[in-house]
Amino acid sequence: MSDASVSPRSFRGGLGKLASWDGIIILLTVVVIVAASLGVPNFGTSRNFTFLILDLMPIVLVALPMTLIIVTGEIDLSVASILGLASSLMGWFWNNGLSIETIIPLVIVIGAVLGAINGFLVNALGLPSLAVTIGTLALYRGLAFVVLGDGAVADFPFDYTGWVTGTIGGGSVPNVLIPIVALAIVFGIVLHATPFGRSLYAIGANDQAAHFAGIRVARTKFWLYVASGAVAALVGILWTLRYSSARADNGSGLELAVVAAVLLGGVSIFGGKGNLPGVLAGVVLLAALQNALRLQDVSGQALNIVTGTLLVLSVLLPNIVSSIRTSRQRRKLRQAATS
Amino acid sequence: MSALLQVRDVSKSFGAVAAVQGVSFALEPGEAHALVGENGAGKSTIVKMLAGVHRPDTGTLLVDGEEVTFTGPADAKAAGIAVIYQEPTLFPDLSVAENIAMGNQPLTRLRQIDRRTMNANATRLFARLGVQIDPTRPARGLSIADQQLVEIAKALSSQARVLIMDEPTAALSGVEVDRLFAVTRALRDEGAAIMFISHRFEEITALCQRVTIMRDGKHVCTEPVSDLSVDDMIRRMVGRDLSALYPKQDATIGETVLRVEGLNRAGVFRDISFEVKAGEIVALAGLVGAGRSEVMQAVFGVDKYDSGTVTFLGKKLKGGNPRASMAAGMGLVPEDRRQQGLVMELSIERNVTLPRSRALAKLGLLFGGSERREAAEWTKQLQTKFGRLSDPVGTLSGGNQQKVVLAKWLATSPKLLIVDEPTRGIDVGTKAEVHRLLSSLAARGLAVVMVSSELPEVLGMADRIVVLREGHIAAQLTREEATEESVMYAAMGQS
Repeated sequence: MSDASVSPRSFRGGLGKLASWDGIIILLTVVVIVAASLGVPNFGTSRNFTFLILDLMPIVLVALPMTLIIVTGEIDLSVASILGLASSLMGWFWNNGLSIETIIPLVIVIGAVLGAINGFLVNALGLPSLAVTIGTLALYRGLAFVVLGDGAVADFPFDYTGWVTGTIGGGSVPNVLIPIVALAIVFGIVLHATPFGRSLYAIGANDQAAHFAGIRVARTKFWLYVASGAVAALVGILWTLRYSSARADNGSGLELAVVAAVLLGGVSIFGGKGNLPGVLAGVVLLAALQNALRLQDVSGQALNIVTGTLLVLSVLLPNIVSSIRTSRQRRKLRQAATS
Repeated sequence: MSALLQVRDVSKSFGAVAAVQGVSFALEPGEAHALVGENGAGKSTIVKMLAGVHRPDTGTLLVDGEEVTFTGPADAKAAGIAVIYQEPTLFPDLSVAENIAMGNQPLTRLRQIDRRTMNANATRLFARLGVQIDPTRPARGLSIADQQLVEIAKALSSQARVLIMDEPTAALSGVEVDRLFAVTRALRDEGAAIMFISHRFEEITALCQRVTIMRDGKHVCTEPVSDLSVDDMIRRMVGRDLSALYPKQDATIGETVLRVEGLNRAGVFRDISFEVKAGEIVALAGLVGAGRSEVMQAVFGVDKYDSGTVTFLGKKLKGGNPRASMAAGMGLVPEDRRQQGLVMELSIERNVTLPRSRALAKLGLLFGGSERREAAEWTKQLQTKFGRLSDPVGTLSGGNQQKVVLAKWLATSPKLLIVDEPTRGIDVGTKAEVHRLLSSLAARGLAVVMVSSELPEVLGMADRIVVLREGHIAAQLTREEATEESVMYAAMGQS
């Protein structure tokens, strides 16, 4: 056994690395899960695990393209409305006799087109993404009500609804974990191991320098909105199948939970910083906390308070951590100078 | 005579980097005091401590002999210290007078802002400075030189007695520099203390009485300017003799690499035609605002042009497509390192390999440290000094940042390298290195276009000089024809 590896110096180095934001979030996620497993009845059950995954499915899937968009310094607030419109269209198409095998790809393509409209307004016309996607947030949700009104469509085939709510081999791992893991891997590779991903960080930190380096800034961002729209539509389909209910108001307000999770995961709202493992931890933390509180019969309003507080903390804490670090460093230097 | 401002044994570290170590000097009333040193010598850190942006780790600052602690820029301002930065930060949509009065507006009895007094104050300050700027116009659209004068007026309005000027002349033309100096001399003679930071020695000898030289964060000496020759100053700054600042090598001039014909962009430049051959260094000279950078940015494709053709290696380039220019073998080291050349938050290796990441990817993926290897190789070739390749490039000194930009473009193995103000704001030592590099690249057959505002650099490096004036070509001079006078006359439209 080597003692060198546990010398105080290397120990401190390890702590230093963990003290980065994603480190803190991952640690916090583990702490919350362990504490909830021990302290909250039914949290640690396999049945609850299934529900936890099903509950975080929409947030985590939408958060994947959202992470890429926020890394470029933009935002897409219309995702929940695209989800709702996708759900409405699915119900409408179903009522009009289209087969589910036609509806699913069709709705995903429509989602991509809705994303492309965002992308066009933001990148071809150069409008601020915050304003554009607040506008399409209202527009797409409005269209969802035009398509389906207040009603609901519920008679989707059990083969599909059963698959979404079912588990792999009847165990405790839900089927939806398959698309979650697959898409997380795809988006992770795109962001962290491709030239495209590299260009996203450059665009977010300094789009002018990115342009000078030959990166097609507007085109790159355009495709992110297309991806965001397509994924939001896919989640709309999964959502509809999970609850066997196509409704125009499905998923409303989801965009806030998604943005909260992404920021909580250490992605800078100003662009240029962040990584996908941190975001995944942010989603799990948020979902586990909400799940645990719900098991304790905490009301929906109180859950919103928790989400909001976490969002504020996620912006506040990194600043506090770094200012504590610099002041400690300064004190050390002063001591060194006076002694 | 008691010093207005004293810096006593001050140190400041950022992480493991000791930026300033035990520096002391004093500013007397009525003196212009130069602060010189290579980039990374710690000048900016000194300025930021005096401005209240950073707090010294150890040591003290004294104003009028009394110890002061600045917890923020407001404290420094209250103590009578004003800083004029290279690029002023005015509020563009407020009027000039409002900018000057910011935070200190005169009020009427009804506690409304008293515009009349505010404008009158601004007019009075401009009269005192001997300049003519309309106080009621918005700050947007003022030249950098005028913006600096507004900053100086603002400093005067807050009763500043210590004026710190951080490379104020870097972006100014000759006439503007003269006007700035006249204003500065007048203030100095009224008893203010001026701290002047510049890389241009002729400006230091023209303006300053004393000079403090720094090297590697340490104080080297403080002496009267008249006691030191320029060579003395350079030697003390770099701690060694400089062989030559402009080591021009002989190169065989080859085939035409770039041919620009009749390039026009409405309101920016017109009828621009010139050629660049392999092995040749062509300088674009002219005053600031003559359109030199704009022409080269249009050639590279980051800007658009209205008409004309750019032929590169025998093929016509479509305008407005930097990616195609890069792929064809063109590189552009832009004028503004911070905004255009580098992504400050990203690491050194990411910056070096940014234009190359597609070429470095295998099956579309960037695994296995290919970026790191490439970055390590090029930073080593250019003798870049840094901690780790994963450090943000913003932590490097200006000279080393410029080397990273050069590395980034040399890694694309270009046939034509456009360098825009390649040595702006970098220290003498690195400057000579950059010149040597450009020279040896040309000797190996690279075609180089250099935009430069520094005449000695233009004359020392170029095989041919294209002089621009107000957006058109005023003269094309060979190395033999070019003198300081002939270039300046062409640039200013006199003969």
